[in-house]
Amino acid sequence: MDFARVWAYSDMIIEGLQVTMLASVIALLASLFFGTLVAVMRISPFKSLNWLGSAYVEFFRNIPLLLIILSVFFIFTPKGWIAGTIGLTIYTTAFIAEAIRAGIQSIPKGQMEAARSTGLTYGQAMILIILPQAIKVVIPPLGNQFLNLVKNSSLLAMVAGGDLMYQADLISSITFKTMDTYVFIAGFYLILTIPLSFLVKYLEKRFALSG
Amino acid sequence: MDFVGAYSGANLSFLFESLLETLKMAGLAIILSLIFGIILGVLRFARIPVITQIVAIIVDILRNLPLVLIIMVSYFGLRDFGIQLDVFSAAILALTIFEAAMISEIVRSGLNSISKGQMEAARSSGLSYTQALRHIILPQGLRRMVPPTVSQCIALLKDTSLTIAIGATELMYAARVVYASQTSYMVPTLILVALIYFVINYSLSILSRRLEAKQI
Repeated sequence: MDFARVWAYSDMIIEGLQVTMLASVIALLASLFFGTLVAVMRISPFKSLNWLGSAYVEFFRNIPLLLIILSVFFIFTPKGWIAGTIGLTIYTTAFIAEAIRAGIQSIPKGQMEAARSTGLTYGQAMILIILPQAIKVVIPPLGNQFLNLVKNSSLLAMVAGGDLMYQADLISSITFKTMDTYVFIAGFYLILTIPLSFLVKYLEKRFALSG
Repeated sequence: MDFVGAYSGANLSFLFESLLETLKMAGLAIILSLIFGIILGVLRFARIPVITQIVAIIVDILRNLPLVLIIMVSYFGLRDFGIQLDVFSAAILALTIFEAAMISEIVRSGLNSISKGQMEAARSSGLSYTQALRHIILPQGLRRMVPPTVSQCIALLKDTSLTIAIGATELMYAARVVYASQTSYMVPTLILVALIYFVINYSLSILSRRLEAKQI
């Protein structure tokens, strides 16, 4: 293994690392926002919103992420990393919505009834009473989704998104050191994902204890 | 948008053939990763000194890597060592390595969810450790593993689309061939392919929910 040849392109690797992290964080924040929205739609008392939320989740969970990213890329924007981040958001929103819905439904019904009978509206009760309690249940699966996001961001490479994987492909085609490049880049992915996976394990244990 | 042109007989039969290729790839990868996943999961559960730790490290590394990277390594990377797999075998190899690691985690947590008393009771009734594992623990654990394993199969079916990176002729690749032939075919083809994936995976997820409901 000759990692020095690969490290000669360290500026490309660092740039790719930045794009990967930026795309993952932006997609996480955006899908947290939209995921909460879709989750609330799914449990709202309005039938049409219910259906719309379920349709969104079921559709985007069951098609490949690559298909979503390519569609956004060809139809909406030719900028690879923007298309990639939008695609990641569309896909992850479906998974996060499911996690949040499960979290909200784990809160006993009495909470909502009590909140409503003290005079809060449905929206107020949801934001002030239910969601803050649901967050505890939702955090471990959210950590898992973030982990998946970091890994999935490698699909940006398919639309020339400039991420770590894309730079790996470039470097391997410049140096012809294919194996060395990919093993070296794998190390960078592990630096990002292994700490996250330990964090998820820790959160799972901690929140499991507190019930 | 040219729906009529995009859905011509030739295009449809081309897409259908590649769908069969996708299913073949997914099916083979599922079978192999189930076999290796169960073996690795049991090894991790069994707490055999050294072996369990090595398996744990390998599984944790594989689970935390992007699948695209594993696909690139198994096709392009291995050439550096003089191993030149054809596209289909490289795809199967990468999918199996990655999904077996995922399934081994499902197996391990399934086995861990069986209460310790079961093993103790089995052992004290005179069964050896392997006998107890085979006749008492595994049958109970396997049942609990079914729903997450089906979810993993759905993930695998979606993941076959990533083998486009090495030019495997699966559904996503065929879609690209069709829409590259004419820009007006783009949207109709993407819609059709999305629907194909959706119908297959949604049916699987309904199946998984049925199985889950049966257990409770």
